[in-house]
Amino acid sequence: MRNFNALNLAREALRGHKGWGQQWRNPEPKKSYDVIIVGAGGHGLGTAYYLAKEHGVKNIAVLEKGWLGGGNTGRNTTIIRSNYLYDESAGLYNHALNLWENLSQELNYNVMFSQRGVMMLAHNVHDVQSAQRHIHANRLNGVDNEWLTPQQAKDYCPPLNISKSSRYPVMGAALQRRGGVARHDAVAWGYARQASAMGVDIIQNCEVTGINRATSGEVTGVETTKGPIGAKQVGIVAAGHTSVLMEMAGVQMPLESYPLQALVSEPVKPVFPCVAMSNAVHAYISQSDKGELVIGAGTDSYLSYSQTGSMHILQHTLDAIIELYPMFNRMKMLRTWGGIVDVTPDRSPILAKTPVKGLYVNCGWGTGGFKATPGSANVFAHTIAKDEPHSINAGFTLERFRNGRLIDEAAAAAVAH
Amino acid sequence: MLVIHCPYCQADRPELEFANAGEAHIVRPDNMAEMTDAEFEKMFFVRQNPKGVNLERWRHIHGCGRFFNAIRHTVSDKFLKVYKAGESRPSDAEIAELMK
Repeated sequence: MRNFNALNLAREALRGHKGWGQQWRNPEPKKSYDVIIVGAGGHGLGTAYYLAKEHGVKNIAVLEKGWLGGGNTGRNTTIIRSNYLYDESAGLYNHALNLWENLSQELNYNVMFSQRGVMMLAHNVHDVQSAQRHIHANRLNGVDNEWLTPQQAKDYCPPLNISKSSRYPVMGAALQRRGGVARHDAVAWGYARQASAMGVDIIQNCEVTGINRATSGEVTGVETTKGPIGAKQVGIVAAGHTSVLMEMAGVQMPLESYPLQALVSEPVKPVFPCVAMSNAVHAYISQSDKGELVIGAGTDSYLSYSQTGSMHILQHTLDAIIELYPMFNRMKMLRTWGGIVDVTPDRSPILAKTPVKGLYVNCGWGTGGFKATPGSANVFAHTIAKDEPHSINAGFTLERFRNGRLIDEAAAAAVAH
Repeated sequence: MLVIHCPYCQADRPELEFANAGEAHIVRPDNMAEMTDAEFEKMFFVRQNPKGVNLERWRHIHGCGRFFNAIRHTVSDKFLKVYKAGESRPSDAEIAELMK
């Protein structure tokens, strides 16, 4: 792997950029590994990266049934923020945000992290009270968040319609200035490149079909479409398919998998300077560096692994977008797609050991896992390497659904997020 | 959008008339205070979430208002059968027959 720096760039510019080489290796699986990560999305690749870099684990494989970064990592709307209500969530998402701020430097790969601010709109008295409660809770936890009046919101985001006659008038907004967006594919590629350079085998088109266990119960490896592979520890980082994989080890999960959709418009010149979200009318929007408006829609109401959602979900979101930003009412939408998200009962993730020795799970990110990628990967690597959770993810256990210590962000925000 | 057959109205209607109501055949116990934490977790939180045939509840919320059960494949999203609330769970053999 060659570093991206001014000297190498200049050298390659003179020779037609023919010397960069492959960014990561494409190896065949070995007979066994110390740690196998199932799922080569951002969280899985990041876990392998931090295991190798911070914990000195040498013999790691990441198995991916499709292609690297082809699941929800490549399908999300790339919004990054940490303004969650509860202490546990604030700790986890702010850990991620701290890592995001230096991620391009750390990976020597431009993840195009742009702190353009995330503004969450309030449309009724309850929204206002809830947003202000979030702001106070956030500030006590060292998470930046501030209240904007409708006019201040309009100044920050000029396309916003703050007319009192709109269907759901804007009554104010909570702004997290440190929030923003990043280039989602680059996150997977950057982690893959560095992990591969440290010796991690990333094996694509290799679906896990079974989890092998010794008679005493602990994990001994996995069955795959490329044959059996041994492992002392297995980490499942498979988003929507977590229930399917955990079932292979006999563990039933408190998860449900739903299609979540997003869409982009035709590309236009820069018009939208920040990320704006509205939970009440369900509209998330930002503009990519290519110029497309990136719009997040909702989940379908039923379980599905189809990776497609219903048209009426998209229409519902676009109704809200046009009401809030009337200038977009003649924009053409270019593409829509869906991903399968795994949702927990309390809408908080599970980053934990499991009842099976040597098996770890990182799941339940629901509709908002991208923002947590570096933090999630970092503490999950710790959990695997030390066989105990990091203090940051200590609360995100599987047992919380048995002992009642929920981290109930669902009740806090009234929507999945 | 799904087209769903209501077994009470005996009519095909668009999904917008219905509300999904989660996994079917989870019996709410009448001795909840005596349940262990593990039993409560299984009843209240743990879900099968199958990639394949799913038994689920729907409610014809903008129609007759009644709950019913459905068997649906979660990859194709196709309905294999709908049946009224209170009818017993189809056997695995019956479900395998519907899959053909």
